[in-house]
Amino acid sequence: MSYAPTSVIQIIPRTRRGVELLLLVIAIAVSVGAYVNIGITVQNEVPASTGYYAAGITLLALIAHFALRYRAPYADPVLLPCAVLLNGLGVAMIHRIDLGLALVAEARGATPKSPAAPQQITWTAVGVVLFLVVILVIRDHRRLQALTYTAGLAGLVLLVLPLIPGLGVNLNGARIWIRLAGMSFQPGEFAKICLVVFFAGYLVVKRDVLTLAGHRFLGLDLPRARDLGPIGIAWGVSLGVLVFESDLGSSLLFFGLFLFLLYVSTERAGWLIIGGLLFVGGAYFAYATFGHVHRRVTDWLDPWAIDGGQVKLGLMGQAWGGILGRGLGQGHPEATLYAQSDMIISSFAEELGLTGLIAIILVYTLIIERGLRTALGCRDIFGKLIATGLAMSFALQVFVIVGGVTGLIPLTGLATPFMALGGTSLVANWAIIALLLRISDQARRPQTPAAPVSDETIAMAVQKQ
Amino acid sequence: MNSAIRRLAVAAMILMLALMANSTYLQAFRANEINGRNDNNRVRDSQFSVNRGPILIGSTPVAQSKPSNDRFKYQRTYPSGPVYAPVTGFYSYRFGRAGIELTMNSELNGSDPSMAFRRIIDVISNRPQQGGSVTLTLNAAAQQAAYKGLGSKTGAVVAIEPKTGKILAMATTPSYDPNRLASHDSTKVDAAWKSLNEDKDRPLSNRAAQELYPPGSTFKLVTAAAALSSGKYTPDTKVSSPAELPLPQTTVPLVNEDGKNCGGSNNATLTVALRYSCNTAYGSVGLALGPDALREQAAKFGFGARPLAELPSVATSQFPGDPNEPQTAQSAIGQFDVRATPLQMAMVAAGIANKGEVMKPYLVQNVKTPDLKTVSETKPESLHQAVTPQVASQLTAMMVDVVNNGTGKPGQISGVQVAGKTGTAQTSKDRPPYAWFTAFAPADDPKIAVAVLIEKADIARDDIAGGRLAAPIAKSVMEAVLSQ
Repeated sequence: MSYAPTSVIQIIPRTRRGVELLLLVIAIAVSVGAYVNIGITVQNEVPASTGYYAAGITLLALIAHFALRYRAPYADPVLLPCAVLLNGLGVAMIHRIDLGLALVAEARGATPKSPAAPQQITWTAVGVVLFLVVILVIRDHRRLQALTYTAGLAGLVLLVLPLIPGLGVNLNGARIWIRLAGMSFQPGEFAKICLVVFFAGYLVVKRDVLTLAGHRFLGLDLPRARDLGPIGIAWGVSLGVLVFESDLGSSLLFFGLFLFLLYVSTERAGWLIIGGLLFVGGAYFAYATFGHVHRRVTDWLDPWAIDGGQVKLGLMGQAWGGILGRGLGQGHPEATLYAQSDMIISSFAEELGLTGLIAIILVYTLIIERGLRTALGCRDIFGKLIATGLAMSFALQVFVIVGGVTGLIPLTGLATPFMALGGTSLVANWAIIALLLRISDQARRPQTPAAPVSDETIAMAVQKQ
Repeated sequence: MNSAIRRLAVAAMILMLALMANSTYLQAFRANEINGRNDNNRVRDSQFSVNRGPILIGSTPVAQSKPSNDRFKYQRTYPSGPVYAPVTGFYSYRFGRAGIELTMNSELNGSDPSMAFRRIIDVISNRPQQGGSVTLTLNAAAQQAAYKGLGSKTGAVVAIEPKTGKILAMATTPSYDPNRLASHDSTKVDAAWKSLNEDKDRPLSNRAAQELYPPGSTFKLVTAAAALSSGKYTPDTKVSSPAELPLPQTTVPLVNEDGKNCGGSNNATLTVALRYSCNTAYGSVGLALGPDALREQAAKFGFGARPLAELPSVATSQFPGDPNEPQTAQSAIGQFDVRATPLQMAMVAAGIANKGEVMKPYLVQNVKTPDLKTVSETKPESLHQAVTPQVASQLTAMMVDVVNNGTGKPGQISGVQVAGKTGTAQTSKDRPPYAWFTAFAPADDPKIAVAVLIEKADIARDDIAGGRLAAPIAKSVMEAVLSQ
């Protein structure tokens, strides 16, 4: 081996679909195990619905897996199992809180609300269908570049939908929901994807101009004043979201996405500084001017002051969970308001403890870092920007909601990806994973089109050496 | 481009690490503090389902958990509720805890670190968590006598074993029935809580330890102790004791209760002045000693420090900070801004009884695990040497004289020598004075020291005097212990 040339590293493209299948089996086993565990501790029996749940999650996972084998064989092998694990655990926890709420209702002599878990399973199926559509229809992500301005318009429309009277509803202080045909949707979740496509397409074209340096200040090349238009518009829109929809999380998400993509496409840290200052200024203005924003901040600074406040109840649940947790089915996550949606992370922290929570955060970190890895490996700028945007949207969203629930930052109504009860978010996240997988397939595929090499052949090839 | 993406990857990692660090701080380091909050329903719910240990006197429970068939597995019951309520407190689902139920909560529910080993065994062997028992120092006969003696009057009794500091009785009236607050019927509990809180006589307040009163003439014991300790006085030193003592800086003189001079003399001895509880005599002694000497003596008996950590919100007795001369004279007879709990005045009597050594009062004798292994046993602890044994025996002789020949006659017990001091503290003209009696017996080998306070009784204002009202109660409490 010593005489082998070391200057050239030969990367043998591998599909890694076998690894994905193995990871999927683990993800399914953990999810089904959680479901059974909950049944045993809460109802003293293996729940009759276990078969239905296990079959459902296995079927959906396998369909997604074979779609990848068929249409994106080189796609990243870690993303899909991570998504399945989070989704499966989320459904199990929603089911667990259904049981808890039913017990509370029973003790009060009230009729329990209809369980939310079956609904979430249905939405999971819809999400996987959209996943399949993305994988099967979008054969090459570069074709999305043609839709740059369509996506921008769609994103903007989706963003302002909740403001339309009669359509938008004010839930829990934030106006980020719409009600249609008896169902609630969070259009911001899809706006996010549309805007990533728009930002990426726009920046591919404009990045050269935006890279031109203006004044130099404190060792930083600041952009030229005439190029400040786009960032100004993005800032204005995100501030509008903050003020009119009173949602700091969405606002931070959209503006942060734009900033990150601007930074990646121009490699000018000056944009981050300008953007950061703009956002802090805008957020402070909103804090000082608008009562609802102000309240979010005071709630965050002193969560104990509000009797029955969701953050306070959630923090108590997390403290009660401690390091190892109460055990699935043995805490009282249902005692927290919105335990199935906004506060689901708190429910996990209570029953699985700090240990379980950190495991979940690590799974999120895996998704984020695999997404960014995809961006690094992607060969075209548009794909790089989309992958970065989607991965960072995940990072921001997880940080904002988990940080809000655990008291690190003020709480906002963003959904916990894949876990929280809520159809829109779940479906949108499946679409995001599908897009990331699509880009990663192109990134990891051998440059000269070749027949996919299976893991086994490579193993044999390595042995022969 | 890739270097920018790599930097973002690091930034995303930092965000995730921040989440983990924050949660670690919350769930590993702040958990205990948050779990201990009184408004924490989760902890309360789970604790309500624990077989909580009993609070015992000897081997008789005064608070215990019995299996129940509703949403919680156990019902807390208080067999003689109102008698022990100021000590046991209550354990309510809605309104938290009080008394020993509050301060010894972790021992009673078994979550205390001292029982961690046993809890691990329980978890391994899949046994439900069971709490430890707390045995009190209270003497059932003394406590019953105190509660019965107070009857329909508003007041408090504290009895202490002088040699150890064990609290033998701690009663307050009007009391309340903790069973009403521990009930699982939330409508009834709400109603009980409302009526108890709206009651003008504040039955939830422990008058024996949580409320401050002017101690009146019982404080003359402290003044006498300061005088004898100064070396300038003996029990036979004669002091100025006219019917009216003119005070500096004011035209209002200090007067004796009966408007006469002290036992027929304008220059009575300290003993005689204590016998008749002459204000002018002790006022002039106080003026001569000065406020600092009085405050110092009071502090040695326990004023200015919070006694008894085993009960919540125990009040700290006070001697005023910087009184002028007329205020010093008033303070020397337990008026002006001197404030004391019945517990504090019992500590004064107990200190004199124990050869001048004040023992730290305590309520919890021991804590045991459910399998009766002792987790902790309280040992008597000295607080201060308040006066020398010699001064203590002089004070004892003076207090014996009060009971044999003076205002304390109603406190006499046949066949036992009692030492005591009465007090009648004026507050304002429109409300009746407070009646006090503090005593110990037998005088030569004290087994019990007691302080009685009557805040209000349904009798004529003129009739309220320490000797007549409070002394018989002290007597019955002492008899209950001495006859054992």
